[in-house]
Amino acid sequence: MGHHDLSQTEIKASPLDIHFPDSDGSRIPYEVFSSQAVYEREQERIYRGSTWSFVALEAEIPHPGDFKSTYIGDTPVVVTRTPDGSLAAWVNRCSHRGAKLCVLPRGNATSHACLYHQWNFDSQGNLTGVPFRRGQKDMAGMPPEFDMKAHGLKKLRVDSYRGLIFASFSDTVATLPEYLGTEMRPWIDRIMHKPIVYLGCTRQYVNANWKLYFENVKDPYHASLLHLFHTTFNIMRVGMKARSIPDATHGLHSIITATRIEDDTSGAEYKAQDIRSMNEGFHLEDDSVLGYVYEFEEATTNHIQSIFPQLVLQQIHNSLVARQLLPKAPDKFELIFHFFGYADDTPELRELRIKQANLVGPAGYISMEDGYATELVQRGTLRESKSCSVLDMGLGKPDQQDTLITEGLIRRFWSEYQTLMAL
Amino acid sequence: MTSLDNLLLWFDLHNLQERYVSVLDNDQLEAWPDLFTKDGHYEIVPKENADADLPIGLIYCNSQSMMRDRILSTREANLYEPQTYRHMVSGLVITPIDKTTARMQSSYLVFRTNQEGDTAIYQAGKYEDLVVSTPDGWRYQSKRVIYDTLRVATLLAIPV
Repeated sequence: MGHHDLSQTEIKASPLDIHFPDSDGSRIPYEVFSSQAVYEREQERIYRGSTWSFVALEAEIPHPGDFKSTYIGDTPVVVTRTPDGSLAAWVNRCSHRGAKLCVLPRGNATSHACLYHQWNFDSQGNLTGVPFRRGQKDMAGMPPEFDMKAHGLKKLRVDSYRGLIFASFSDTVATLPEYLGTEMRPWIDRIMHKPIVYLGCTRQYVNANWKLYFENVKDPYHASLLHLFHTTFNIMRVGMKARSIPDATHGLHSIITATRIEDDTSGAEYKAQDIRSMNEGFHLEDDSVLGYVYEFEEATTNHIQSIFPQLVLQQIHNSLVARQLLPKAPDKFELIFHFFGYADDTPELRELRIKQANLVGPAGYISMEDGYATELVQRGTLRESKSCSVLDMGLGKPDQQDTLITEGLIRRFWSEYQTLMAL
Repeated sequence: MTSLDNLLLWFDLHNLQERYVSVLDNDQLEAWPDLFTKDGHYEIVPKENADADLPIGLIYCNSQSMMRDRILSTREANLYEPQTYRHMVSGLVITPIDKTTARMQSSYLVFRTNQEGDTAIYQAGKYEDLVVSTPDGWRYQSKRVIYDTLRVATLLAIPV
């Protein structure tokens, strides 16, 4: 055991000797996907640093007292709806002896008592009760100067934008609307433009680094090549009207959209280039799963928006999802798909959304491959930590945004990641 | 119902369940939709959603056509590591509704083996079934798979 503890300490203390050969984000040394030291630094500099992390939909905790246990990075936190209807979030650690305080994933409670010694807290995280604080008979209790106000839970900044709740450890991070930025907000507004209803979640646990998934949602190049469902059943090709837009200030967030157009001739290109995607002769017996009810100004079939570090907001056909991306270890992440609809859905539209849950999630027709692909990278690079990935697609036109054949969003992400991580 | 009726019903439904397990565990996926009625329902939902009365799950089919589509996609479109399931099913409880309809419930455990030969417990959960007697024998009118293993390991490619 002693030896094991020592080696753990050594790993933690070792300085990061990681070399990015280019600053443009086009060459990524594979060790960033497996290094424990990188993972530790990410927890401090990203998740517990100057960022806002998505923690819940307001629709998940609509009533006073509602709470949800979740994570910022790998730190357990709880987000609550307080009695006055406002939001609060705190680290899920009792201020007494450090026990995990809230042990239920969800629920409703106006107070939270630690199991260990029954220290009691309100939903804002204030300490409200300490058993035997004043002692008993001639037994002393807590010292008279013990200050209840100084022993609340570690409170986080919390704010909501259009029903998406974010929390932050940082006192200095920009306000949430500023953090989201002027490019990203209109796209969030597009999805979250009216009251929503939470429809449930599914969870996927993947043996790969979280950044491989974050790359994946900034990678429109893979969509029609990895997800053969798209092209097998002719629903997405690179000839669609496309957008690949990064946040202008730091490039950590991004939006990808694809909109079907009438004169798309790109099908011939797949054939001409002998790309595996183009299979002919297959059709769905019941293609209602691919139905599309027009409910947005633009008939976009795919809206994939990543908000760094742990949200991906998604509309695929009429399926609406907030995906929460949680790092669990250098080679493990969890993805939680929060499905929702609008409060004014007709029964038919609600049924369609439930049916289209077949498209996304761990068994999704056009998403099940993503977890597998990230695992293949994790396995392939295990002992190749000094080698680099190649992200040159679209490099000649770095400002082009009307394309799906680009790795530009991924390059923007990595450039800023290096700055954030001081690498 | 007489004891003999009960015994025959148990025999028939037990056979249906064993056939169900056999087609999934032995790569006869094309035969899987045939165990349902034409308008049969099949869904896989996490226990947390089922308990909270929330509708979302991993797979939702409301017809045999949708089930055949799922298998077609599994075979022709989706990419995943070759794998084998082995089902262990227990705790079968049958509740007859009338002569041609019954409810069934049982627990299941699925082991998944990957192509390198590692076997892991992939999913634990329960089946809640509504079965009907048809001219072709007993079939599932609906099968609701409620899984306890909320964290789906990597992906789900094959029905449970």
